Amino acid sequence: MVEKKKNPIRVLVAKPGLDGHDKGAKVVVRALRDAGMEAIYTGLHQTIDQIVRAAIQEDVDVIGLSILSGAYLGLTAKLMKRLKEEEIEDKWVILGGVIPREDIPRLKEMGAAEVFPVGTSFEEIIHFIQGKVRKEG
Amino acid sequence: MSSRDQIQKAEERWGQTCLGKKPVPEEKSPSGIPLEILYTPLDVEKLNFLEKVGFPGEYPFTRGVYPTMYRGNLWTMRQYAGFGTPEETNRRYKNLLAQGQPGLSVAFDLPTQCGYDSDDPSIEEEVGKVGVAVDTLHDMEIIFEGIPLDKITTSFTINPTAAIILAMYLAVAEKQGVLVEKIGGTLQNDILKEYLARGTQIFPPRPSLRLIADIIEYCKDHVPKMNTISISGYHVREAGANAVQEVAYCLSSAIAYVEEVFKRGIGIDEFAPRLSFIFACGPDLFEEVAKFRAARQLWAKIAKERFAAQDPRSMMLRFFAGTMASCYTAHEPLNNLIRGTICALSGVLGGVNSLHVTGYEEAHAIPTEESSHLALRTQQILAYETGIAKVADPLGGSYYVEALTEEMAQKIRGVMEKIEEDGGMLACIEKGKIQQAVMQQAYETEQMIQKGQIVRVGENKFRSPERKEPDLILQKADPEVVRHQVQRLHKIKAQRDGQKVQETLNRVKEAASSGGNILPSLIQAVKAYATNGEMVAALKEVFGEYREISSV
Repeated sequence: MVEKKKNPIRVLVAKPGLDGHDKGAKVVVRALRDAGMEAIYTGLHQTIDQIVRAAIQEDVDVIGLSILSGAYLGLTAKLMKRLKEEEIEDKWVILGGVIPREDIPRLKEMGAAEVFPVGTSFEEIIHFIQGKVRKEG
Repeated sequence: MSSRDQIQKAEERWGQTCLGKKPVPEEKSPSGIPLEILYTPLDVEKLNFLEKVGFPGEYPFTRGVYPTMYRGNLWTMRQYAGFGTPEETNRRYKNLLAQGQPGLSVAFDLPTQCGYDSDDPSIEEEVGKVGVAVDTLHDMEIIFEGIPLDKITTSFTINPTAAIILAMYLAVAEKQGVLVEKIGGTLQNDILKEYLARGTQIFPPRPSLRLIADIIEYCKDHVPKMNTISISGYHVREAGANAVQEVAYCLSSAIAYVEEVFKRGIGIDEFAPRLSFIFACGPDLFEEVAKFRAARQLWAKIAKERFAAQDPRSMMLRFFAGTMASCYTAHEPLNNLIRGTICALSGVLGGVNSLHVTGYEEAHAIPTEESSHLALRTQQILAYETGIAKVADPLGGSYYVEALTEEMAQKIRGVMEKIEEDGGMLACIEKGKIQQAVMQQAYETEQMIQKGQIVRVGENKFRSPERKEPDLILQKADPEVVRHQVQRLHKIKAQRDGQKVQETLNRVKEAASSGGNILPSLIQAVKAYATNGEMVAALKEVFGEYREISSV
């Protein structure tokens, strides 16, 4: 057993851009909460600036972007740039949604810790976050 | 004819001798209706045939809205798709018209749907994706260049900016010298489901509802052939609702719209014949068929009994349906062709009026030309090779289907009564109640899929480990589309009369705050080449912006 952290893991689940497909984001929030994490959902139509601000205010360990509009490369690049400008290094970035496997290496090069395409189980996501934040966070 | 007692005795004997002592496993429909192992005349003996079933083309329309159904006219095969630029869209439309398809369907990009102009830096990733960008009347003029609007009908997938797009369409007609009373088409224009599922809402619910009433009122007087609204259960179903919730939320929204229009002293028969509906076709064949039959019956009763409609057309629930993409799997995507066929079959056996079959790779990609082609072929094979179009309501009279239709109707009524008790659909959305119920259902369903309690063949059951995952083909953004669109917008902004634009925008604001019909002022603003974003900004000043209620 890994020793439990005093405070629960905090995760921001964000919907950048105008994409209105939010079922995936919402069910993941619920699953993370049921796994004992504090998961915060931004709601729809968020700009990257709004997401970074929320991540700072909420002092989260993980930022999860949910993107089903195909704009994942541009949005991830924007997010990583903003995080760098704000000198934020203590937050893991993960992605979910409609993302082709061939683009996953590029997203990881940009700085995404992991990518969870459509069809990923809750268990995989929870397991990954728990492993990352407890071991390295 | 065997008597009731004889049937009951025979059924008891059958149960004892044939089923034996081993308990029959329990089963439920996806909406939670417990299912018998077998249905007999006893299950429908209380059903009043003339009151609940009747004949197609007659009240209560359970069996379909037209007397001869598909033997008279097949359902309309309407495949929805989006294109990048106004020029491409125009070329594509001219092609479709040349091939004899008189009905066009416009998909807009998300900035147009959400009220942003193409030069807004916050949305640059989304210009010209999933549909065409329309910033000003000029874009609309290009889309319909050389297409006489009185010879075609156009379906617009547009919601919070529907009034603006309608104003542009009417302005194009006027420029073509076509009388607006001759133009026809369909606006989606169903804002309530945007708060629940689709997510393009801009303004708070109440002023949004007022805009819809403005459109209905204006079209009644000036554009009588326009189907003013398509009230949707489809989107909330795809967001996780079950079939009962789908119909209950849809019909409760319809009630909210009708009551909003009533506030203006307009009678039901003056506008209800132009209401239409959108539903999803899921893979549970019998529950879906029962759902469609129940929905028609319920709407007919609401229109007649609650709203005192006299015109049978006000009581007819005409609907467009799309096959569900949420039952598709990312693994072995070709299996989705079979799922799409079964979903389409449920729509046709349920009496759909117009149908879209979802491309097989839509669980994880934007449809290709090949998959759109296969989707249309699915419809054509069902229509021309299976014989299902030959008889109206072919499943009517099945003990099971009639009993299930009745059960679905009861459950839907139950959910609708709860919504009424809680103050109606608008109040429930404002309080976030419906959003929470949909979320809860979506979460439970997702857990059942992950545990294998809801089977997805090839994904959570009979998975073939040796099969490699498919390569996804995603629509790549074409930076030229954005550049071109922004250039055109800047050119228009430089050429137009800025003073006049400002005056017309002021009049839009005045109309919005005075409560008069918004359409005349929007038409003036559109003709002055005010942009979609400018008109939305003017309306926002008066209406405010919607703040999402947390539903998780």
